[in-house]
Amino acid sequence: MKVEGKARIWKNYQKEIPDNDFFYVRSCVRQNFFPGAETTFLRIMKDELGINVYDDPAHTSCTGIGYHADIVPFDTTMTVVARQFALMTEKGFKNMIPSCITSFGLYTEILETWEHHPEVLEKARKYLKEATGRTFEIPENLSHASDVIFKFRHKIAERAKYKLINKYTGKPLRVVEHIGCHYAKMFPSKGVGGAEYPYVLTGMVESFGGEIVDYPERRSCCGFGFRQYLVMANRGYTIANTKKKFDSMDPYKPDCIVTNCPGCPMFLDKGQYAIAELEGRVYGDGKYGIPVLTFEELAGIVLGYDPWDIGLQVHQIPVEPLLDKIGVEYDKSAKYKGIGGRDLGKPQHSKLIKAYIE
Amino acid sequence: MEAAGNLVNLGFEVYLIERTNRLGGNVANWYCLFPDFKPSSKVVEQLKPAIQNKVQFRFGAEVCKTEKKGNKHLLHLNDGEVLECDAVVVASGFSLFDAHRKEEYGYGIYDNVITSADLEKQLAENHTVMTTQHKAPRKIAFIHCVGSRDHKVGNAYCSKVCCVTGVKQAIEVAKMHPEAEIYSFYMDLRMYDRQFEDLYMEAQTQHNVRFIRGRLSECFENADKTILLKAEDTLSGKPFRLSVDMVVLLVGMQADQSLKHISDMFALKTSDDRFLSVADVHTSSIYSGVEGVYLAGACTGPKSIHETLNSARAAALSTAIYLNQN
Repeated sequence: MKVEGKARIWKNYQKEIPDNDFFYVRSCVRQNFFPGAETTFLRIMKDELGINVYDDPAHTSCTGIGYHADIVPFDTTMTVVARQFALMTEKGFKNMIPSCITSFGLYTEILETWEHHPEVLEKARKYLKEATGRTFEIPENLSHASDVIFKFRHKIAERAKYKLINKYTGKPLRVVEHIGCHYAKMFPSKGVGGAEYPYVLTGMVESFGGEIVDYPERRSCCGFGFRQYLVMANRGYTIANTKKKFDSMDPYKPDCIVTNCPGCPMFLDKGQYAIAELEGRVYGDGKYGIPVLTFEELAGIVLGYDPWDIGLQVHQIPVEPLLDKIGVEYDKSAKYKGIGGRDLGKPQHSKLIKAYIE
Repeated sequence: MEAAGNLVNLGFEVYLIERTNRLGGNVANWYCLFPDFKPSSKVVEQLKPAIQNKVQFRFGAEVCKTEKKGNKHLLHLNDGEVLECDAVVVASGFSLFDAHRKEEYGYGIYDNVITSADLEKQLAENHTVMTTQHKAPRKIAFIHCVGSRDHKVGNAYCSKVCCVTGVKQAIEVAKMHPEAEIYSFYMDLRMYDRQFEDLYMEAQTQHNVRFIRGRLSECFENADKTILLKAEDTLSGKPFRLSVDMVVLLVGMQADQSLKHISDMFALKTSDDRFLSVADVHTSSIYSGVEGVYLAGACTGPKSIHETLNSARAAALSTAIYLNQN
């Protein structure tokens, strides 16, 4: 593997990411899957970087899941997205950052459609006006939230309390980066580093001191695949695909996986439990599995945020082995305590994947 | 070379302006040629006597600017020299498709993904082929149509000679490594010329080359530096994976970047495929449509060697007729 060959491609996929003033649109599902991720993003942006971000409670789903499941027609989706742009316009912002990869892909698809078919844009304006009375401006910049963390990765690294270095060996932690399919596979030029060898998470991991693991099934979907999972009869494809990825990455002994999509950490994290139950196989060290993080959680960890404040206790695969390798100080007894010390209760654990704290 | 040699034979004074410092163009980079496995160096050597000590060579030279002075073309070279010519034959050839652009195949990233040109270089230098880890390959995959018939890279046309080049190379490798499994991924095999079909049959019946109708989706590198291919066998309708020791990308021909400059200087037309247009594809395929400017070889599209030489002879003859009439 020639890293310089990848760097050659990365040069061709540079992307303009603004410095400040972002209109943030949350994901429908992330707040259920990994509830600390988006809060951590806003905390990093505001508290660490001093960036102006507006988190509008009036925005809705982009309909992406329904759109890709073929139950929401394009005209409806386009009108809903036009409404998000109207909210952004009303609040005086020009830079939009979706939290969700599918939203990012969908907004990109719609903006590209409007650029090439102005009559479709006019139709969207008409529908939105008729439905809500709103008007909108097209964003000057559309970046994914991971693009923004990528842009400020060096600043975050400067402020970091920890590095992605294994404190027992002194070597960089080995990180699998998993990019959501809708980030750049549809529009390679819209992703940092392109579609085939994306740099957005690689750049973050390298800046934080870790090293990237490349493996044969790197480009494969996590398994979610929308119609694979949303249609119950197809769910076997989901778990089969997830297993294929783990079988491929496991020999490279990764210390963790980092993702930039709402669905991927869900399926890579919970999928390990399902595979353990179905196949009796536990990846990684054979006891705890391979920890899966969102990019915000990864940044939060290196910045020294309390792991339980950023929601790491809701992961299926225990993150403590990773925290211990990094040398993160944390209160083991506080893992299942909520705000004000409220007892959250303890989850049942797999017989095969061990809980770190019994 | 062929056009220059013919014009010298017809009694004209000829300048040969060559961008590099040697003769033979792309052919000089090849090992052996289809359909008879003749060493390419022999072809280049055969063409040399007609021009050596007979034409005025300008090596390492490029035409920067042209002027018209009456019927004459003034060619300004990069070293400041100005050549006054009564006619011009453009024979600037082709470039190979840059395989880096098919990012999903990993050329320049994965050690054992090479191009057909790289394979020829290996064969010419070492008379054998080895992996980057200096091991004899046990499984090799040839990938046809890399950069040809591919709208995604902007080359919708067929490069014509890659099909038979792939078959020729598969046979060469099979002869060197009889124990190796050789796979050839194609979308069509266009064995259009004499003996091409024979080569294709030889590859299957004598060397057990396995032809799989299906375009490669993507390549990955395994931990042991072998390459994992994801492809589809479109005849059986099944996707499949295959790990091989080496992948050879059969890169197509494309218009050389210099053609843009050349066409601007001489006011020549280009086609959608970026090669030079000809005055009439049926009756005047070596005439540019601009008075005194003739076209030879692959500057007007992909060609085999004998097609290139035939067009060079035709261009030389047309040039001679033009010069005799003016």
